[in-house]
Amino acid sequence: MKANRLGWAPYALLVPSFAFLAIFFAAPMGQAFGLAFQDERNAWTLESWRTMFDDAGFRDALTTTLLLIVLIIPVQFALALAMALVVNARLKFSGLWLYVYAIPLGISDLAAGLVWLAIFDRQGWLNSVLEGLGLIDRQIIFLNYQEKGWLVFTIVMAEAWRATSIIMIILVAGLQGIPRDYFEAADVFGATFWQKGRRVILPMLRPSLQVALILRTILAFQAFGVVVALAGSGTTVLASEAYRWYYTLRDSHVAAAYSALILFLSVLSTILFLVLLPTREEQMG
Amino acid sequence: MIGVARDLPRTAGIEAQATTAGRQARARRRLVGRGLLYVAATLLALWVLVPLYLITITAFSPRDVVYGYPKEIIPSTLSTETIRFFINAEGVLASLWRSVLVALITLALSTIIGAPAGYAVARYAFRGREAFRLTILSTRAFPIVILSIPLAVTFINWGLYDSIWSVALMHTALAMPFTILITSSIFVGVPRDLEEAALTLGCTPAAAFLRVVMPLALPGLAAASIFTFVLSWNEVFAASILTLRERTLPALILSTLNDSLLPFRFAAAWFMLAPSLVFIFVIRRYLLGLWGRVAR
Repeated sequence: MKANRLGWAPYALLVPSFAFLAIFFAAPMGQAFGLAFQDERNAWTLESWRTMFDDAGFRDALTTTLLLIVLIIPVQFALALAMALVVNARLKFSGLWLYVYAIPLGISDLAAGLVWLAIFDRQGWLNSVLEGLGLIDRQIIFLNYQEKGWLVFTIVMAEAWRATSIIMIILVAGLQGIPRDYFEAADVFGATFWQKGRRVILPMLRPSLQVALILRTILAFQAFGVVVALAGSGTTVLASEAYRWYYTLRDSHVAAAYSALILFLSVLSTILFLVLLPTREEQMG
Repeated sequence: MIGVARDLPRTAGIEAQATTAGRQARARRRLVGRGLLYVAATLLALWVLVPLYLITITAFSPRDVVYGYPKEIIPSTLSTETIRFFINAEGVLASLWRSVLVALITLALSTIIGAPAGYAVARYAFRGREAFRLTILSTRAFPIVILSIPLAVTFINWGLYDSIWSVALMHTALAMPFTILITSSIFVGVPRDLEEAALTLGCTPAAAFLRVVMPLALPGLAAASIFTFVLSWNEVFAASILTLRERTLPALILSTLNDSLLPFRFAAAWFMLAPSLVFIFVIRRYLLGLWGRVAR
């Protein structure tokens, strides 16, 4: 690259965004921990954490959040990989397939929750169809506050429907980055579909998978709208507890403890994925 | 094996026959494979489209049909009654307007502040460039919306709480890393030679940027802006935390979930997702570029 005539220019261009992120990203992050570890008179204390851990809703929120992540992510990756392979197979109307699979990218989790509420409601579409087919003779109550299993199931469905597209897009971009020669070479050596998948596609997709996994897990820790829309207060997650503590119980210290916990878990999971799934560059150091 | 047979001179009739049979078998297998792919493609498309179809006909059924059971997959009556009921409900139009304003402010702020940084990262070799890029990348490891709780305290002190500005500033923080990465990859895609040619021909750097770089970068920037708009339009957690009365549409819908009627909720869902369908359609050609590049 050639020497700059204006040595200060890039810094001048960076200053606004740097300042903005310092005020609205770095500062609140520090403040989240400040609030979580302080009381009203700014004295350092673990009181908010104790309140959070001792609260009856805490354990349920934490386990549901983790359970949802463990259930949703494999389903989403399987679906997204299938979609990405279809898009990459150069079928007719390949642009159309990509668009259709990408549609949920623009749908909020609240809207997705309400869409699936229309399906899983007692007088909703699923019961209508099942009864129409003669498979049931009484309406199934999916969204019952007593039946946590069904609630979790409906949330998993809604999230698999809504948030698979983002993974799909990342995987399609990754697939397109694989040189065609690799597939041709595999064909020449008579590789079957599964061999191609295991030996060519998965290793080459590793960086994309890693990015998608990190992104998806962080988003899953913030799951909120979809849970409230489908389960109401029937089941809670970390973000909805943070909202409850801030909004209903008006305790920003405990709410901040929840945000600090979500931050901590997100960063921890990112580090975990970076260590467990090193891409080739990282392996080489 | 078949490949080898094909290359041999076709002298023996049997061999030729075997080859043809092999080729046909292979062609048939390919055809079946192709067929299965189309079946898979269609099933996956239905998975996405059927819920959209269902919410659409629900939103466009009269209210008594929305409550009715069993429901008809092919509706016999369509009406805008439910949608009108939603739009005319208290506070909906005002919050709709607020949502649009917040999204526009977010879009403007994140472009004005983020795009120059993207340009700097794309065009200049300067000390600290990698560090800056990595810092921006690493912000993805943080759930930014969660920061709305400490930010709420700050906004109360600043007197900004419960206004469209508090939500817009939060959304800008959410969109900023995305905007910087995207704009930088868009500017990388604009050939440097053209810009330098303009400079040699006597353009000032600003004129070269406005006359040469901008027209080429504009479609990509527009796509990124639309994506930012959708991001803000959809966001519910921060908007719910940062407002009390000045609700954006998703925040209003969320806060009334406990009391609102089913037709209201279904119409609300349709109303929230309908614009996104159009937006995603408009930027469909850029989706891979937008997300694919960021993923690298």
